[in-house]
Amino acid sequence: MSSIRSNPETLSVLDRPNSYIGKTVPRPNLDRLLQGRGTYVSDMELPRMAHVAFLRSPHAHAEIVSIDASAAKQMAGVIAVVTGKELSAVITPWVGVLSHLKGLKSAPQSAIAIDRVCWQGEAVAAIVATSRAAAEDAAEHVAVEYREIEAVTDMRTALDPATPVIHASLGDNLAWERVHDAGAVDEAFAGSDAVVEAEFIFGRHTGVTLEPRSVVADWNAAEARLTIYQGTQAPHMVQNIAALHLGLKESQVRVVCKDVGGSFGIKVHIYADEMAIYALSKLLRRPIKFVADRVESFNTDIHARDHRCKGKIGVKRDGSITAFEIDDLTGIGPYSMYPRTSAIEANQVVNLVGGPYTNKNYRARARVVYQNKNVMCQYRAVGHPIACSVTEGLVDLAAMKIGMDPVEIRRRNLIADDAYPCGSPSGLRFEQLSHHASLAKIVEMMDYQALRTEQAALRKKGVHRGIGIASFIEVTNPSAAFYGVGGARISSQDGVAVRLDAQGSVICQTSITEQGQGSESLTAQIVGSVLGVSMDRVRVILGDTDMTPYGGGTWASRGAGIGGEAALQATKILRKNILDVAAVILQSTPAELDIAGNAVVNVGDGAPRIELNELARIVYFRPDTLPPGIQPELMATKHFVPREYPFAFTNGVQAAWVEVDTDSGFVKLLKHWVVEDCGTIINPQLVDEQIRGGVVQGLGAALFEKCIYDERGQLTNANMADYLVPMSGEMPDIDVGHVVSPTRESELGAKGAGEAGTAGAAAAVTNAVNDALSPFGTIITEIPLTPQVILTAMGRI
Amino acid sequence: MKASAFAYARATSVANALELLVLHGEKARVLSGGQSLIPAINLRLVAPELIVDISDLKELRGIAVKGETLVIGALTRHADLLKSSDIVKCAPLLKAAVAHVAHPAIRNRGTIGGSLAQADPASELPACMLALGATIVVRGPGGERRIAAEDFFTGIYETKLAPQDLLVALELPVARKGSAHFFQEFARRHGDYAIVGLAAQALLQGDRFADLRLGYFAVGDKPVLAKAAGRLTGVAVTPALLAEVSDALSDELDPQQDQQATPAMRRHLAKVLLRRSVATLLNRPDLQAGATA
Ligand SMILES: Cc1cc2nc3c(=O)[nH]c(=O)nc-3n(C[C@H](O)[C@H](O)[C@H](O)COP(=O)(O)OP(=O)(O)OC[C@H]3O[C@@H](n4cnc5c(N)ncnc54)[C@H](O)[C@@H]3O)c2cc1C
Repeated sequence: MSSIRSNPETLSVLDRPNSYIGKTVPRPNLDRLLQGRGTYVSDMELPRMAHVAFLRSPHAHAEIVSIDASAAKQMAGVIAVVTGKELSAVITPWVGVLSHLKGLKSAPQSAIAIDRVCWQGEAVAAIVATSRAAAEDAAEHVAVEYREIEAVTDMRTALDPATPVIHASLGDNLAWERVHDAGAVDEAFAGSDAVVEAEFIFGRHTGVTLEPRSVVADWNAAEARLTIYQGTQAPHMVQNIAALHLGLKESQVRVVCKDVGGSFGIKVHIYADEMAIYALSKLLRRPIKFVADRVESFNTDIHARDHRCKGKIGVKRDGSITAFEIDDLTGIGPYSMYPRTSAIEANQVVNLVGGPYTNKNYRARARVVYQNKNVMCQYRAVGHPIACSVTEGLVDLAAMKIGMDPVEIRRRNLIADDAYPCGSPSGLRFEQLSHHASLAKIVEMMDYQALRTEQAALRKKGVHRGIGIASFIEVTNPSAAFYGVGGARISSQDGVAVRLDAQGSVICQTSITEQGQGSESLTAQIVGSVLGVSMDRVRVILGDTDMTPYGGGTWASRGAGIGGEAALQATKILRKNILDVAAVILQSTPAELDIAGNAVVNVGDGAPRIELNELARIVYFRPDTLPPGIQPELMATKHFVPREYPFAFTNGVQAAWVEVDTDSGFVKLLKHWVVEDCGTIINPQLVDEQIRGGVVQGLGAALFEKCIYDERGQLTNANMADYLVPMSGEMPDIDVGHVVSPTRESELGAKGAGEAGTAGAAAAVTNAVNDALSPFGTIITEIPLTPQVILTAMGRI
Repeated sequence: MKASAFAYARATSVANALELLVLHGEKARVLSGGQSLIPAINLRLVAPELIVDISDLKELRGIAVKGETLVIGALTRHADLLKSSDIVKCAPLLKAAVAHVAHPAIRNRGTIGGSLAQADPASELPACMLALGATIVVRGPGGERRIAAEDFFTGIYETKLAPQDLLVALELPVARKGSAHFFQEFARRHGDYAIVGLAAQALLQGDRFADLRLGYFAVGDKPVLAKAAGRLTGVAVTPALLAEVSDALSDELDPQQDQQATPAMRRHLAKVLLRRSVATLLNRPDLQAGATA
């Protein structure tokens, strides 16, 4: 295909011969992981390494009157018992606020609680011992006297004057409030043929990574350097924060992140207990290891989605939506998380509600309140499932009210595919979306009309099935608008360095990280394709602040779109540099040469001219044979950040087909469909599995997952038996289709795909359940949709 | 979490195991499949000083038919029950039930003796023992005792077993001609403990029940053999009668409140299962339709 082109510089880098772009190729790291040769922090052993168990508060809110560790310190294997006060000698507290979230306030948080605990599970002492078991033995002998304080647990009353204020210095329990008003909402409602309101309730849940949070910190006093081995999504962010609070320079901190057993946003934050480990290593001058156990994970890994959102929609008889209004309330625990803050989810809800539609009238209020529960923060698809469930729930209620088919009402309101670029009433800017193409595709994939016929036939037999549709938009490839502008030192750009080694293979260092989603693979695919070498020649190095360029890491669906583009641009330079040298060696011109199949070839006839191996030999070992003045540069580095749009929005639509057992209240997921548009698809299988995995997490929220707190702030299901994660037995087949609208902000054209599945799955299922229950006149706007919730709503119990 | 330190002894025989248990009393714990005990130890919910591992005692593992009695050794694994042709022939209810116990990895290790000794009120096998009229065979310092299943389970995780006792086997009457069974449970996910479940064993005579034993689980502090079932035997079952029995069942049960369900929901689900079991066992779809409580 490309051989007929005369000027190789105008070739699209994506459709070069033997391109890996758009192909399902096995991940380079599969064998390592499948043969059990991955390197997880939990596996690490260092000389003189000590283990930590934290003694954690059994109370949601209490004063620490005294801590007596004298008995524990005498126990076999115990190295130290360190309290928050003692640790504060080496680490400073922090406040989780960002300046662009105006008015956001939080209180100083310490690595280990000093004087007061604010949630059940907050650490009050670190027991350092020769093994985790010995540390746990000793923890049982640390005597802490608490004086309980009334716990603030219900977000609905958190702002009442009668409710105690958790942090007196803040004046009240309001962390942040955002109000937004666009268009003429009141007039629009007044002019509507129908107005529908509902309150949507979302269960608090968490990410449940297979590998818990783990960290080994190793302070080398001789070098005055701290090496942190941690399963994190953002190594440079960890480097910055650790240095800042330990009083070090960033150059004194190295963060190494090898294999990570799942993250989902859980591992993109800085946790107090991780800070304690860095500090303990410095204090005790030895390597310290902490691996959260499952109970600690439930009590301290960030939770998310604890929202109650009132929603209102206006609609005309012809189906056109006239206005949306929401009032969102969320309880985030006692502190705003550091450094990304806990206001982002509510902010996203305000940004995203109504996003797929042409409607211009939108009013929103979001309030974020403090409570004595575990901290909440960003988890996969931040805010999206809430915004999508509220929007799509309201759209279905409106359709029901005017007697219109759910697909039809969407068709009439979704932004037209040729209307871009355009904006939303919340101020978002869309470069190119494909709502209508996506909807048309999903309707065809699911054979919508046939399903409706089947539904009607089964209903006569007392079998209640439902169809739910949910259109969505997704924030991906964030620029500095996300965190940087608010003062956080969280990079939105990423860098890639590529170099040809002495045998013609490529070593690629990238600042994005790998937590299982395939960053390594997509980087190798891009580098191999753009350079013209086979993937087995590309070695990707990531997750090490000493070894990789500076960058953000992998979160917010940014790895492929940002890190991938940096890889593409760096490799283009390397390719040019190689061709420049090749032209000299071959007495040709760069324009006449190309690289394909690991060799420099003629552009014209594709004939091989010189193997990269041979070229590298000459450059590295016989530069004396090159003409004078030639200094080959077989290493290239590029950084990339999107500049034109603050976010590359993607879009899509999901559909669920469910059956409700109206006797028992159990929901069976029969089938799920997704059509999404993430722009250029680098590896279809990786994208599809990102979508499926995301859907499964969304289905977990829809039916199963919930952190259940009692009124005293005790988390009552902090284990895998009582906290129900979605399991394969309950999961439906998930069909995934794509529409491709590449972003023009990058040559690669890739947007993110990591969160789309999670964004819309619960909305589709909730709409499907309500569709199934329509003969009973039952509407449910609460997830998880447990049998208890369904039977109660149906009046069966 | 890590277990606190404990001593470990691998029993060489039943006699040896009993000796160890007598010697260490309440400080010792028997280990069979470990699928309940090990998680409890790791969570430090229990901290035995000595673990007496009986899992190697071949004499306690196996299924045998002796005349009209099916004998199942205490160490018979859940997976063995699923595979056994004797179970299919003599106690098919057990096979139906075991498929709902946990997941394959757990069924490969978990044992029926362990499950009965554990006596989780939401567990499937104890309720089957009630429905099947099992006898639990126990050996202790005073010799062997045989305890009817109905007397064996005494409360949440409580049985007639003393710390020095070993559950060695259980005996079931071989299913007779005309036997039928029904098993269903409501669990949030495959393999979870049930919210409410029913193991039912019936003897049919024509279109009537000659006998009906309804073993409910997860409806109280121990498995319940529903007395109300008696009113369905020897008579023509009508929707009206079924509705009456359903109410009687509801009164009889005293279900607990937990994260999964309120007592009201448990009563409701127990009634749904009553209706489904009777309709299925009698092959009377009419009894199921429209009777939603
Ligand atoms: C994830 C998971 C899901 C599960 N789901 C279910 C489920 O849905 N339904 C269900 O019924 N079970 C379930 N189980 C429990 C499982 O069935 C266990 O196998 C069973 O409860 C105990 O059997 P065991 O052989 O493993 O006993 P162990 O764990 O070895 O012992 C359990 C208890 O019984 C005592 N004990 C064991 N054997 C004897 C004996 N011969 N004599 C006297 N005392 C004895 C032990 O000392 C201990 O106290 C689940 C377990 C897990 C880990």
